[in-house]
Amino acid sequence: MPAVHLWGKNMFQLLAQNVLNALQLGSVYALIALGYTMVYGILTMINFAHGDIFMVGTYLSLAGAVFLLGLPLKLPLVVVFLGAMTFSMLLTALLGVSIERLAYRPLRSAPRVSAVITALGVGLFLENITLGILGPQPLHFPDLIPLTRWEVAGLTFTPLQVLIIVMAAGLMILLDLLVRRTLLGMAMRAIAYNRPIVPLMGVPVDHVISLTFAIGSAIAAAGGLLYGLAYPVLDPLMGVRIGWWAFIAAVVGGIGNIRGAMLGGFILGAVEVFTPLVLPSSTYRDFVAFSLLLVLLIFKPTGILGRPVFERV
Amino acid sequence: MLRQKGFLIWSGAALILALAWGLPASGALNPYVIQILMYVGINMILTLSLNLVNGYMGEFSVGHAGFMGIGAYVASVLTVAVLPPAWAAPAFPAVLVCGGAAAALAGLLVAYPSFRTRGDYLAIVTLAFNMIVKSVLENISWLGGPRGYLGMPRLTTLFWVAAWVILTLLVLRNLVYSNFGRGITAIREDEVAANLTSVDTRRLKLYAFLISAFFAGVAGGLYAHLLQFINPRSFSILKSTDMLVMVYLGGVGSLTGSLLGATIFTVLLELLRPLGIWRWVVGPLMLVLLMIYRPQGVMGFKEARLFKPKLPTPGGGSPGPPAPAASPLRGQ
Repeated sequence: MPAVHLWGKNMFQLLAQNVLNALQLGSVYALIALGYTMVYGILTMINFAHGDIFMVGTYLSLAGAVFLLGLPLKLPLVVVFLGAMTFSMLLTALLGVSIERLAYRPLRSAPRVSAVITALGVGLFLENITLGILGPQPLHFPDLIPLTRWEVAGLTFTPLQVLIIVMAAGLMILLDLLVRRTLLGMAMRAIAYNRPIVPLMGVPVDHVISLTFAIGSAIAAAGGLLYGLAYPVLDPLMGVRIGWWAFIAAVVGGIGNIRGAMLGGFILGAVEVFTPLVLPSSTYRDFVAFSLLLVLLIFKPTGILGRPVFERV
Repeated sequence: MLRQKGFLIWSGAALILALAWGLPASGALNPYVIQILMYVGINMILTLSLNLVNGYMGEFSVGHAGFMGIGAYVASVLTVAVLPPAWAAPAFPAVLVCGGAAAALAGLLVAYPSFRTRGDYLAIVTLAFNMIVKSVLENISWLGGPRGYLGMPRLTTLFWVAAWVILTLLVLRNLVYSNFGRGITAIREDEVAANLTSVDTRRLKLYAFLISAFFAGVAGGLYAHLLQFINPRSFSILKSTDMLVMVYLGGVGSLTGSLLGATIFTVLLELLRPLGIWRWVVGPLMLVLLMIYRPQGVMGFKEARLFKPKLPTPGGGSPGPPAPAASPLRGQ
């Protein structure tokens, strides 16, 4: 995954460079973790298919980019980037809404376990149908961002790194504002707070839930585009690993809490970047991440920013 | 009445064992069919063991492939590296028990967190357990790492599979219709209330996870000595999902359902083999449709009469896990 750049001669530069890499990767994890946490916040349901929605979003970005680059118009790269992003965000939002409508809504009043199993099934379905259509061979993402390097004080930046971090931060701030400052956000928080009462206040619950899925999926698609640019080899099972990591991020931060998801994303990015520096090989990263999850769940099950929930008797 | 049923069960078991011994030897079945039958049997053990936790106790384990993997690797190392080749065949049952015991030991890792967390969070714990097992196996180089481990003799025969299915079935049946069974059913229905009525929930949860993990480990050992090759990817979350499909297809809280679910799923996937990669679309789709239209499965909370003990009880009611009144599984 992210190469450990050893250009910096001293320890500080190495550390700073890796913090930068962790920020880049953490931004992508945070964007996907937001989708898990939004759905959990509103429906108390773990949408295990979200990693695969991210995968579909990445492929749709690729399709959009390849289509726009193939046109004989010689479009500037900025237009291609924005076009691919719009295309994939819209279609992935549509996918998220359809999944909710077809698979999750009939189970809204069913036991929670049924919904979780359904989500696992939907995820496997998306993986295998993509595998069936595209075959197992990986596809390459075209370069949309110029591959120059900037050096500042011994640190190496690429425009792509800056773009990823800035865009992810922008999307997160927008989402935070949406949830805290708008009527839609208020409706979301109200549904999370007390679902039986909210419809009596005239809140269209189904619409709000659909919109939640649309927003979560669109953000995952944006994360997919950024991920595709940074790690340009796509295969249909990529959503499994990234999805689980983002899920851990959401739980570590406190599932249901939007700021927690962002924090968790950066923690997981750091785990991935720093594991090969501490342990002999990067293959230990899954072990480290899941052990972190296990230990956290045993001692603080609600995550870093989550509030404890008490069961009423 | 009780005598008759006992006789029926034991003679049925003896007949199945005799058939499992005789049919492959006689050459009446082709090896392909025997292979499928063995897969069905292994899946039955897995489904029964998972049903104890997910169906009867109402907890939600999504990491059972982890137990299976531990059992498979421990049993394989015993036959390949530890035991002299001549001993491997006669010691096979003991090897399987060792694999199961190792898996049960790992079950502690899931059982202890289950005292504090439940529901979604426990599901995440089991999932993390599955991932950790896979990751550890991938990083142990003398176990082949991600390339896998091979060299096991093909010790799994239809007879051994049948014997373990019968043993699992008998043990679980006796457990489920005992005080233990009523205790874990009480945990499923309402843990707080169970605790208040002096059910030792911690001890029961511990036992349930240990027993469930043990049989999953045994199934892993059988699987390893049938395929003669295992790698960490065979015990990923995908395998766990397969087990969930079998449990929920057959029916939660039902031994008959587990047998049925394992049979239907295994045979169906075999029949769909000509579809190639597309057959893996069918399983998940089936799972989703099942959850929407019949979440309790084919035999949810029902049992074939053969498996139900009819004990003389005051009042004449039949003992055993009662069908829940409102919610089939612990809901919101």
